[in-house]
Amino acid sequence: MNPLTAPDFTSDQDVRWCPGCGDYSILKQVQTILPELGRSPSETVFVSGIGCSSRFPYYLNTYGLHGIHGRATSIASGLKMLRPELSVWVITGDGDGLSIGGNQLIHLLRRNLDLQILLFNNEIYGLTKGQFSPTSELGKHTKSSPWGSIDHPFNPLALALGADATFVARGLDRDPVHLRGVLKAAAAHRGSSLVEIYQNCNVFNDGAFEPYSDKKLRDLSRLMLESGQPLRYGAEGEWGIVLDGLQPKVVSMADYSLNDLWIHQPEDRTKAWILSRFFDEPIGENALPRPFGMLYAEDRPRYEELLHGQLNAARDARPKQTLDELLAGHNTWTLEG
Amino acid sequence: METTDLLQATILFAGDSGDGMQLTGFQFSNTTAFQGNDLNTFPDFPAEIRAPAGTVSGVSGFKIHFGSVEIHTPGGHADTLVAMNAAALKKYLDEVKPRGLVVVNRGGFDAKNLHLAGYSDGAQPLEEAKARGFEVIEVDMSRMVREALIDSGLGTREAERSKNMFALGLVYWLYQRDLGPSERFLEQRFYNKPEVLQANLKVLKSGYHYGETAEIFNHRYHIGPAALPAGRYRNITGNEGLALGLIAAAEKAGLRLFYAGYPITPASDILHELSKHKERGVMSFQAEDEIAAVTAAIGAAFGGGLAVTATSGPGMALKTEGIGLAIMLELPLVIVNVQRGGPSTGLPTKTEQSDLFQAVHGRNGEAPLVVMAAQSPRDCFEAAYQACTVALEHMVPVILLSDGYIGNGAEPWKFPSAEALPPIVPPLFREGTPYRPYERDENHVRRWAWPGQEGAQHRIGGLEKQDGSGNVSYEAENHQHMVKTRAAKVERVAQFVPEAHIELGAEHPDVLVIGWGSTHGAIRTAVQNLVVAGASVAQVHLRLIHPFPRGLEKLLLRAKAVLVPELNLGQLHPLLQATYPKVDFRPLHKIKGQPFLASEIEEVIAELLATLETV
Ligand SMILES: Cc1ncc(C[n+]2csc(CCOP(=O)(O)OP(=O)(O)O)c2C)c(N)n1
Ligand code: SF4
Ligand SMILES: [Mg+2]
Repeated sequence: MNPLTAPDFTSDQDVRWCPGCGDYSILKQVQTILPELGRSPSETVFVSGIGCSSRFPYYLNTYGLHGIHGRATSIASGLKMLRPELSVWVITGDGDGLSIGGNQLIHLLRRNLDLQILLFNNEIYGLTKGQFSPTSELGKHTKSSPWGSIDHPFNPLALALGADATFVARGLDRDPVHLRGVLKAAAAHRGSSLVEIYQNCNVFNDGAFEPYSDKKLRDLSRLMLESGQPLRYGAEGEWGIVLDGLQPKVVSMADYSLNDLWIHQPEDRTKAWILSRFFDEPIGENALPRPFGMLYAEDRPRYEELLHGQLNAARDARPKQTLDELLAGHNTWTLEG
Repeated sequence: METTDLLQATILFAGDSGDGMQLTGFQFSNTTAFQGNDLNTFPDFPAEIRAPAGTVSGVSGFKIHFGSVEIHTPGGHADTLVAMNAAALKKYLDEVKPRGLVVVNRGGFDAKNLHLAGYSDGAQPLEEAKARGFEVIEVDMSRMVREALIDSGLGTREAERSKNMFALGLVYWLYQRDLGPSERFLEQRFYNKPEVLQANLKVLKSGYHYGETAEIFNHRYHIGPAALPAGRYRNITGNEGLALGLIAAAEKAGLRLFYAGYPITPASDILHELSKHKERGVMSFQAEDEIAAVTAAIGAAFGGGLAVTATSGPGMALKTEGIGLAIMLELPLVIVNVQRGGPSTGLPTKTEQSDLFQAVHGRNGEAPLVVMAAQSPRDCFEAAYQACTVALEHMVPVILLSDGYIGNGAEPWKFPSAEALPPIVPPLFREGTPYRPYERDENHVRRWAWPGQEGAQHRIGGLEKQDGSGNVSYEAENHQHMVKTRAAKVERVAQFVPEAHIELGAEHPDVLVIGWGSTHGAIRTAVQNLVVAGASVAQVHLRLIHPFPRGLEKLLLRAKAVLVPELNLGQLHPLLQATYPKVDFRPLHKIKGQPFLASEIEEVIAELLATLETV
């Protein structure tokens, strides 16, 4: 058999996002990595909720289910329980996954079914034409918040860690190479992988992630995480992060050596907690940079394994009754007509 | 000692929640079933989990109606009330027949118990009951039990706990039941606690012997076996039977059963029952809410499982959007609603039939699905099996309506053999054939392909789609075509479900009584009584409510008037009236959280017959 390529995973449907939308890049990266995962299109399923981003499954030649708002997570859970052998992906948005679907998302994360959740965060409701979302910043002016939003935003990765997610990462639509790496790591992780992808909505929230994508700004505002490596950033790597007790601090490499810096250990839950709280506005004195890459990864039993483990154990432990025995139960009597 | 022959009797066991009345009632019904009677039982639990001991709100009751004739309801007023304390007497005395027998545990009527039951100081409820004409038999069960167990090695409190067995033994004597089945039950239950076993056996026998020797009763009763169809029987509750029906359907269809639910009274027992059958591969998923439950089930249906979710009213409301999705996806899904009193949280432990409109119409858009109803505890197995069959063979969601009265009630059930169950043949995709997700057969049914199958990748969703290809389509003509096609597919189901038929009574009756769900037994008893009395009455009971079954119109038109009794303000009635405008329908409502008494229906039929004659 010929090796699979991106066209094998591409459907014949026209892609219908606004020109320039960040969703295009994410689609492209997903189509690029899928052939490398060793799973055929027929073993792969994309389940989405509702939103611009949730149109995603229509563009892939895999199995796909475009569900209802907020419930891709629970639809995918049922599917994965029944068919653990499938490669299952959830596509959701900041509104879909964190507002209406918040409950289903956190429960999926704590159960840790082995699937990938791609949370397209554009900090806005795209499909409904531009209301603030649960990740929009305080004070944001939108059609539904003409005086500025008074809703305190979620920090999606901190939320995921709070729900005991076993894999938490962040990517960016405009950094395709890095995003592909994150997606592949998520696919390799055995358990629920939550990947927050900063996605530009050029129609309703253009430039929301400019500090992390703009060539002139990004060096000072983003921190690219690599396992086993010191936390260091800046155009020349002139800044580093040290841990002062539990307090992260930005330091100049003029004053510190590499040995002083915090070494990234994605298996360290406490450090992941601290990293997830690197959530400052990226401009300003002593502002912590925004981390990208894998913040946390932990190996914990997967719900579907535990479920099938119980089913198998029960099957082996108890002799299965025939259906007739089941229907009869333990207490029967016979009446002669 | 006289023995009186009876055709049927109703006994109400009542006591404090801690008195073991459910077990007592259950034992009595088991034994009675073994003796060949037909029967029907209904538990009445307190709504609070731990209501204060001795109070009226803490009373737990168990009603059993049994006879040598067909029994279809838990009975109306009781012939015998067994009251273990004052609160039980207070709660249930008005449900005893005039001059009925009331057996009380004297020890449950001391000053403290009277006070807890809310009687005013100096009240003498037992004397009052006697004055009202009840035959009150006082037995100091607590003392008797203590004495019987004096050498048992059990502490006083532990010994006292077995006084329900004393009451059971006494009532066994009164109604001439065998001790054997309960002795065997106790042996199984306490096999590893020999002291407790001996104590319970001893107390059970002392109760029986007390009846024999104490000469406190004027009568014993004899109720011979019923002429039930020959075969093997077991007792079954509605919820248990329903769960077994789901398991059987999955196995017959060769699919895995995937059940998702969120706990809610009175549907939780379905979740409990299915959770027991892991060795058969039954998957039961306790979801975080009803939205997750229905959508997880949809995911499993997409994956090729027999997907089922069950709930009650408030949970149904949450599942609504998911059910709409299943309609659009045209996937098989069974949604069980074990109805309770509404609206909102309503009356969680009481019964009602007020979710029919919700089942038939309660969704956005033109969203038809199949609505079926179970009619009695022993009918739940077949109802569930049929609901699964329709869902799987027609690729359509089915709402199966049950209610608290059916779900918790129990009856003897002549269970079928696995072999006799009709095959279930879903329209499966076969690998190697071309696949277009919304291509249909002559019954408008699409084929079912699931992830993992080679060559059938497809994307489906809640957006309107092009017939055949399944691609998203907003095209005007296609939408109208699809709306009509989904409706026609549901209508077509009637061709595959048995025709409506007169279950009992005249083929051309003056009054036809049509019902659905748990009113079946009360209607049947009422119609039976009138038929025996020579009245021109008949009964039709619906399994299929949407669409209505074939042949219904013809039956309705043959009657002069059609009575529609329902435990709501009239929900089947307007649906029937809109569908069959030429028929003279007469609604009958009751909405008290209680089932109909047969007598209530009988009276209304009789009145209706009288008015028809005078016309
Ligand atoms: C139950 C329900 N409520 C509301 C909507 C309307 N709606 C559709 S998408 C959406 C928000 C989508 O925002 P997000 O998840 O951030 O996705 P985006 O469009 O930004 O990719 C809303 C409110 C709906 N489809 N269903
Ligand atoms: S509205 Fe925004 S998110 Fe939606 S497709 Fe257009 S650019 Fe993309
Ligand atoms: Mg958004």
